[in-house]
Amino acid sequence: MEIEAVKYLAAGLAVGLGAIGPGIGQGLAASKALEAIGRNPEASGKITPLMFVGMAIAESTAIYALVITLLILFG
Amino acid sequence: MIPGKVQNFIEMLISSAYEFVESIIGPGKKAERVFPLIATMFFFVLLANLLVYLPGQAAVSLASPEGAVPLFRAVVADYGFVFMLTILAIIIVQVVAIVSAGPFNYLGRFINFRSPMKFFLGIMDLISEVAKIISLSFRLFGNVFAGEVLGAVMLFLAPFFLPLPFLFLGLLTAVVQAFVFAVLTLVFISMASEMGQEEVSA
Repeated sequence: MEIEAVKYLAAGLAVGLGAIGPGIGQGLAASKALEAIGRNPEASGKITPLMFVGMAIAESTAIYALVITLLILFG
Repeated sequence: MIPGKVQNFIEMLISSAYEFVESIIGPGKKAERVFPLIATMFFFVLLANLLVYLPGQAAVSLASPEGAVPLFRAVVADYGFVFMLTILAIIIVQVVAIVSAGPFNYLGRFINFRSPMKFFLGIMDLISEVAKIISLSFRLFGNVFAGEVLGAVMLFLAPFFLPLPFLFLGLLTAVVQAFVFAVLTLVFISMASEMGQEEVSA
């Protein structure tokens, strides 16, 4: 294979595989947060921002994968 | 003097933001000191993100030998801007950590020769501090940049109608990411400000 083709393949694989874990994690965070709001609707104002913070931290690994992808493509 | 509608709205915005900051970092002097920075970061990034959605401004471009260069792009899609903001946030976090824990305790957290395990953990802490810069800046940059690229790709696939749901998603991202950036900075600062107390209790 040519180096250019391998580059595109690697970039796609990097971000695709790297997004699996954060996808699962964010889904879990959202499902638990919605469950909590369902049990106690008055606490939704407190739960929602914390859910976003947790999701943002779970997202970090996907962001690292994106950095690697951008490095492969443009670096 | 009776406050007008605009003043009421802005006061409501500020007071609810202040209550939120208090709920994370705890009431008192800490919240008072950190609130201006966090609120400024939030409203600054929010405005920078939302200005992209003004209709018509994307068409304003400059003629150049390489073709039309757009004058108004998403501000956050430029890494320099995000990097500057992140470096500012990280420097403040480190300064807060040094002030609250004392310079020797602060250094001792990273360079620790008491046991091999602690030495290793110190090195890991050092790496995680550096990784904060990358993860904090690329979270904001990556989301907005990826949104722009996605919009462009959808525009090529099927113009006019296919990009609309993605534009809406971008609008959501613009608000949420501004919020997340400010709140993560707040959480880092509050973690750094509790470093001194942890040493005593542990």
